[in-house]
Amino acid sequence: MRLFNTTPTSPHKQTGKGVIEPPRLAQRLLAWYCRTEILEDLQGDLYEYFDRNVETKGITRARLIYWIDVLKFFRLYTVREPSFTTFYIYIIMISSYFKTFKRSLVRNKLFSFINIFGLAVSISVGLLVVAFLVDLRSYDDLHAKKDRIYRVVSTYQLSTQSPMEFASTSIKAGKRIREAITGFEDLTIIRTGFYGDAQVGDNYLPLNATWADESFFKVFSFPLLKGDPATALKEPYSLILTEKTAAKLFGHAEALGKTVRFDTVNYVVTGVAADVSKFSHLRFEALVSFSTVDATVGKGDPGFYNWTNIWQNYVYLTLPENTDSQTLTTNLAGLSVQENKALKDLKIDVGLQPLKEITLGKSLSNSVGPTMKPTVIYFLGGLALVIILSACFNYMNLSIARALRRAREVGIRKIIGAPGSHIFGQFMSESVFTALLSLFFAFFFFLFLRKQFLNLDTHVSDVASLELSFKLIGYFLVLAVSVGIVAGFFPAVFFSRINALQVVKDHSKFKVFRHVNIRKGLIVLQYTLSLIFIATTIIGYRQYKGFLNFDLGFKTENILNISLQNNKSDLLIKELAEIPTVEAVSRSAMVTSVGSMQGTTIKYINPKYKTKDSAMVSLNVIDGNYLPLHQHKFVAGSNFKLRPKTGEESEIIVNEQVLKRFNIAEQNAQKAVGEQVMMDNKNLTIVGVVKDFHYGTMENKIEPVVFLYSTEMPWGSANVKIKTNDLPATMAAIENAWRKIDKVHPIKAEFYDDQIEQAYGQFEVMIKVIGFISFLAICIASLGLFGMVVFTTETRLKEISIRKVLGATEGGLIYLLSKGFLILLGIAAFIALPATYILFDKVVLTKFAYHLPMQVYEFLLPLLVLMVLAAILIGSQTLKAARSNPVKNLKTE
Amino acid sequence: MKGTNLGEFEELVLLCIAALVSDAYSVAICDELSKHTGRTVRLGIVHAVLSRLEEKGLVNSRLGEATSTRGGKRKRFYEVTHAGKAALLKAKEAREALWRIIPGFNLEGSI
Repeated sequence: MRLFNTTPTSPHKQTGKGVIEPPRLAQRLLAWYCRTEILEDLQGDLYEYFDRNVETKGITRARLIYWIDVLKFFRLYTVREPSFTTFYIYIIMISSYFKTFKRSLVRNKLFSFINIFGLAVSISVGLLVVAFLVDLRSYDDLHAKKDRIYRVVSTYQLSTQSPMEFASTSIKAGKRIREAITGFEDLTIIRTGFYGDAQVGDNYLPLNATWADESFFKVFSFPLLKGDPATALKEPYSLILTEKTAAKLFGHAEALGKTVRFDTVNYVVTGVAADVSKFSHLRFEALVSFSTVDATVGKGDPGFYNWTNIWQNYVYLTLPENTDSQTLTTNLAGLSVQENKALKDLKIDVGLQPLKEITLGKSLSNSVGPTMKPTVIYFLGGLALVIILSACFNYMNLSIARALRRAREVGIRKIIGAPGSHIFGQFMSESVFTALLSLFFAFFFFLFLRKQFLNLDTHVSDVASLELSFKLIGYFLVLAVSVGIVAGFFPAVFFSRINALQVVKDHSKFKVFRHVNIRKGLIVLQYTLSLIFIATTIIGYRQYKGFLNFDLGFKTENILNISLQNNKSDLLIKELAEIPTVEAVSRSAMVTSVGSMQGTTIKYINPKYKTKDSAMVSLNVIDGNYLPLHQHKFVAGSNFKLRPKTGEESEIIVNEQVLKRFNIAEQNAQKAVGEQVMMDNKNLTIVGVVKDFHYGTMENKIEPVVFLYSTEMPWGSANVKIKTNDLPATMAAIENAWRKIDKVHPIKAEFYDDQIEQAYGQFEVMIKVIGFISFLAICIASLGLFGMVVFTTETRLKEISIRKVLGATEGGLIYLLSKGFLILLGIAAFIALPATYILFDKVVLTKFAYHLPMQVYEFLLPLLVLMVLAAILIGSQTLKAARSNPVKNLKTE
Repeated sequence: MKGTNLGEFEELVLLCIAALVSDAYSVAICDELSKHTGRTVRLGIVHAVLSRLEEKGLVNSRLGEATSTRGGKRKRFYEVTHAGKAALLKAKEAREALWRIIPGFNLEGSI
């Protein structure tokens, strides 16, 4: 049995159009699988048909038909029986390849180290990305109908503004779909935001629960350990606890049927669910029946069930098996049109989102559970790919550089009968072996990286756990083998094309420095990427630090924000003010400059032109101490004078942007004081104008902001200005004060500066990741360069010796040897630095309304780092070569 | 039980080989069948049937001379063996026996 068929070349058919042959690859495929007895026969028949088709249907179709026929003839009676000998020969060949692999591995330890280290490090990053992706893809796999579950999402569009996409929708949408639309199986409405303190006896437990209706368990497959899934969420005031919550409340006692008290209302435990898996986008500690919503929150509030109340409700539905969502989407569009008729200046369109795209999909406002944009995965994958390719380049470069040594081996192999395909196979298997060996080391490195990666940010560890599984190990192997194939392909092609006779007869004729341009190109590419990475890290880090220290327009130093957690603030303020190291205390509904936002609409009637204008503005509700405590600067007017009760506000403080937006008093701040604007149908007088400040993050431009006065803000914060040398003592005193007010909830206090740092946390993570990757990229590129330098100096050792004997100086020799490499680095810098500049100037920094200008040193520093590194690598080797004893080198042949 | 019963298509192929006498090779058989039956006959099916017939011992095959057409590949010519002839005759007799007992050829009216 032949392993590789050498098809006898057929006499070419001469037609008017020249030689027309069936596709060669298809011919080879046929020859490979077809049994010898009928092969010739079949080849001839197909050739005849091919000829006919060329005449009647044209060359392209004829070739296509030939391909199809070859594939169609793959039948039981045409296929060769796999024989034991074939199999055995493969095994023998592979073990022989393995032997030569081991030998060449040991023969050149430096090159092997560079290859394996580079591949191992880069593969480990690849493993991390694969594991991360597998985790994200496994979200919501626990639901039996996972492929048929869809979420109803909303697009909210004010006539003047761009549309916003929400994961949530209105209760009305859920109910209308249930009544008026067909084409789905089950539908469940849920609502988030049930916060309360569960009370059992004297035991309090703050609980974060979700309202869900009785179809919940029809759509989702969360396992219910006790209770009846069909009825557990039916009656009002029914409660399903997770195992963990039940254990916290009732210990080992049976929870089913017991009552739990929230505030003044009793709830009955009707079920115990298994703890929610981490890989579920819906996570809850308890479920409350949706009928409770109708009886409590929604009672007496007609606006609650409006089409426009889309903020906290989620609708999930299942489609029947083997249907697509197209019809339903059309029906939903129809429903939206119908409902939007009643709205003015506003449009809310509902649509569908598949369950599997919730976690790994586009980010929507009000989404529940962790989400990850696919761009993040592309970004990480891209980084991993870049350094894997860099390591592959090293492998290619070093393999081909070593060609001189191995060429004779290949020559002998060819002369004793190995066809090119065998040589190809040999070098491919060598690179795959190398990759697999690297995988072994990469795996340990991955275990280390995994820990670092999960600790990067709480968000990361919330989303993924990167646990090992057989499936994952399988992916790892696939990754390593593909890396091996990519790395080995080019060298394998190179070696399989070596002319055996030439190499063996006179090996001085063999051109070692062939393909030298490709190798140079690869080095340039590696260094270009490394430079881009380092420059990106440096620029990014400086911008990030810039965000943190940016002049926000108000002061945040030494301010501790304490979340009020629904407590009466007056008492707390009193307690806090008594602490001697507390300088001042204020209250605010929002902590600004950390990314969250609250909006409202105000109207302004221009007294001069009688024009009406209304617009969205950002809002913060504050007490009288807030502005002085944060050192907001007044352009005109002053702080709130009247301190009215809630609902009786008549004063408003605005920023300069408000004046600009509405053109109040021709934007003259002094004159604007005293003007009136309308909000929620109430007239408010402008009593002060503050200087523009950053309400949002650096990504957004400064927008119009208004301040309203109130002391009632149960979900806001107390802002405590501290002046102390003994922070722990002050913190203890503050915590003491808190405990007097709230015995159930632990204090939630954070320094303003820390909160701002968290707001830019994603950038910190990104910089850490890119910084790490650039470190790896430099390492790998440097190793590759080092390998090339070693190789070049070794091959040119004799030349150097002769030059030295003839009187060349050490300096001259070093210049001679390193010149080429330095030029390559120069080219890399010439490409990389402008590219980075353009990338930041035109793409990245345009996303930030406020950023620092780029500096020249941010570009020179990476260049310097690389140049120094390269100089050390190149210098050490060339110096060694230049200093070596020429007599010794020339004498020993 | 190999070699005794003929399928409908097998019978047609066998007849074709007999009819083509010394020029019976796969492509020719394919063309001939298409011509006589009026249906498109696929090469793949003919090949499968030929290999089955040969396995049953109903046909013999030999390779012809190399020619410049067909990409230099030789044709495989088929001829019907004794067993093949016997099988054909048997099939024919079975049919004729059935035809004979159709009363008075009153088939005409139903066509």
